[in-house]
Amino acid sequence: MSRAETRRPVRTPSPLWTFGLLRSELSITFRRWRTLALLGVLAAVPVLVGVAVKIETSDGSSFGGGGGGGEGPAFISQISNNGLFLVFTALAATLPFFLPMAVGVVAGDAIAGEASAGTLRYLLVAPAGRTRLLLTKYATVIAFCLAATLVVAVSALVVGALLFPVGDLITISGTRIGYAEGLGRAFLIALVVAASLVGVAALGLFVSTLTGSGIAAMATTVGLLITVQILDQIPQLDALQPYFFSHYWLSFADLMREPVYWDDLTRNLGLQALYAAVFGSAAWARFSAKDITA
Amino acid sequence: MAPIDSDDNRTAGEGEDLRSGRRRAARYVVPVAVMGVAAATIGLVPAIADSGDPDLPKVTAEQLIEKIAKSDVEQLSGTVKITTDLGLPDLGGLESGLMSGMSGAPGAAGGGDGSAADPSAKLTELVSGTHTLRVAADGPDRQKLSLLENAAEYSLIHDGKDVWGYDSKSNEVYHSTASESAGQPEKEAPATPKDFADQALKAVDDTTSVTVDGTAQVAGRDAYRLVIKPKQEGSTVGAVSIAVDAKTGMPLKFTLTPKSGGAAVVDAGFTQVSFAKPDASTFDFTPPKGAKVTEGDEMTGAPEHEREAARGDVAEELDGLEVIGEGWDSIATFDTGGQGLPTASAGGDLGGFLGSFGDQVKGDFGSGTVFKTRLVNALITDDGRVYAGAVTKDALVKAADAAR
Repeated sequence: MSRAETRRPVRTPSPLWTFGLLRSELSITFRRWRTLALLGVLAAVPVLVGVAVKIETSDGSSFGGGGGGGEGPAFISQISNNGLFLVFTALAATLPFFLPMAVGVVAGDAIAGEASAGTLRYLLVAPAGRTRLLLTKYATVIAFCLAATLVVAVSALVVGALLFPVGDLITISGTRIGYAEGLGRAFLIALVVAASLVGVAALGLFVSTLTGSGIAAMATTVGLLITVQILDQIPQLDALQPYFFSHYWLSFADLMREPVYWDDLTRNLGLQALYAAVFGSAAWARFSAKDITA
Repeated sequence: MAPIDSDDNRTAGEGEDLRSGRRRAARYVVPVAVMGVAAATIGLVPAIADSGDPDLPKVTAEQLIEKIAKSDVEQLSGTVKITTDLGLPDLGGLESGLMSGMSGAPGAAGGGDGSAADPSAKLTELVSGTHTLRVAADGPDRQKLSLLENAAEYSLIHDGKDVWGYDSKSNEVYHSTASESAGQPEKEAPATPKDFADQALKAVDDTTSVTVDGTAQVAGRDAYRLVIKPKQEGSTVGAVSIAVDAKTGMPLKFTLTPKSGGAAVVDAGFTQVSFAKPDASTFDFTPPKGAKVTEGDEMTGAPEHEREAARGDVAEELDGLEVIGEGWDSIATFDTGGQGLPTASAGGDLGGFLGSFGDQVKGDFGSGTVFKTRLVNALITDDGRVYAGAVTKDALVKAADAAR
């Protein structure tokens, strides 16, 4: 901040202040050991998958012995032919639980963690306003969604390129695309996966405003996540399932069709936006009127 | 708001608490309103989009049928949603196993020998449930049919003399040449609304009433609705409705409703269609590196023997096949050779198991078991005759009585 600004008699928060707040939130979040450990675990998943596939196919056979195949996460049978598929497999393997769990931990901690550490009231002493603080917290969680997804994708890309051949790849529709376009699609898929986590992030933030205990908020968010995933498997609930935030998660694979099949992708993004709007505003309703005692 | 304030002034605080409580509650109006708007949008948008059948010049049923016949759409691409509900018990994996067994092909579920990319095994999956297909065609030589699955796809590509089947889930490829597999791969199973419509129009004769029932919008295109109804009483078919594109005469949607009411037995329609020439790369296929390729000729090894043997059996069994009645009421009948349930020869246990699905009936012909689906019923008499058709149970019993 410039000197002129700090000398103003009445300090009205400048727009830049928000970015200052966001920057400090980001650096606090990403410097935590907990966050680094989560990212480390996420980065290890592609390594594990890659090494496992490499060992199984080292005798020249294709994955699953070629007999019927089709088991395991999506795209796994193609990894040994093209390392780029490891990105898709790793994302498909981490999206159901690992990624949203990490997001749930960070989102659940956002408000409740500050409250239980007794630092929330100091944050509110700063002339930022509760709404702005909440928005900053949410932006930080979304930044974490993106970072976590990119960690998985980049780790998978590197491991895939080291262990397996790379080159032109075959889309799941059977057409051939160049490696550059494949990389582009991989990046797009990473963005879609990150966007798929926006709903869980909003849910976690809302839960975080309800309680003063960081652990309780994380546990509730992850518990809700697992409950929804289980309910999504029960065929009798198929009327409700299109409204579960996790229902269209695997639609990111539709980006690998030629031409891309957009129906489920747009449904997924719309659903995530809806969850963000509903639970974001609920978190605002709760947080802006909450008694801050800690 | 904060506890410190309310400690200072208790009497004024109570009124304030009430007001601030109300103000707090008022904030929750926002998420509720967001949810309400979303629910209204989800509920209303399809209703608005559906409303208003297009105004089209009137045509007679004959003109419309002629239009379908003259339709020469060679280039198209689109997405087809197909839902079949035959009312078969949902047997999950067992069902698909039986289906692939029925088609005489070594299916993916059937055994390790077969290829997961074998078209005949794959397309029988369409027999039950809801599936999304993509079709593309460019003239008689190049077609593509893709079955969209979860994070995977099964593509059947016909390009010139080559027919490729590619199963992305298992990364397996099936290859044969067009002359061997009798031309177009699509003919193995009806998948597009046109295939179904062709079948239905074959059945049109004097036992049928054909009318044009207004217009409809299908996949964003104006269409006439052709309704085919059997006149005969015994048929289980309630009505067949075909939406015909007003411009090209191409059937866009096919719906078969049973007389018993309820959901359609078959509902196949384009959700998106374009009559532009598809991208040439759509039909290009080279097997991916490392994919297991099964040649159509290789399939004629051991499995083909079984298949031929099976076909022989069926042919023998169907030797006495005759058709009773005409039109929609026609009933196929044949003698299994005095053995009650034909499946009893495959194994007594299985016979008993199948028997538990059926209803026992008695008539002048003796007694037997009726197996019911929502469309096709079959009567197997205890002395081994089989009567089957898209007719009611009563019509089957009547036919059996008459044959006696």
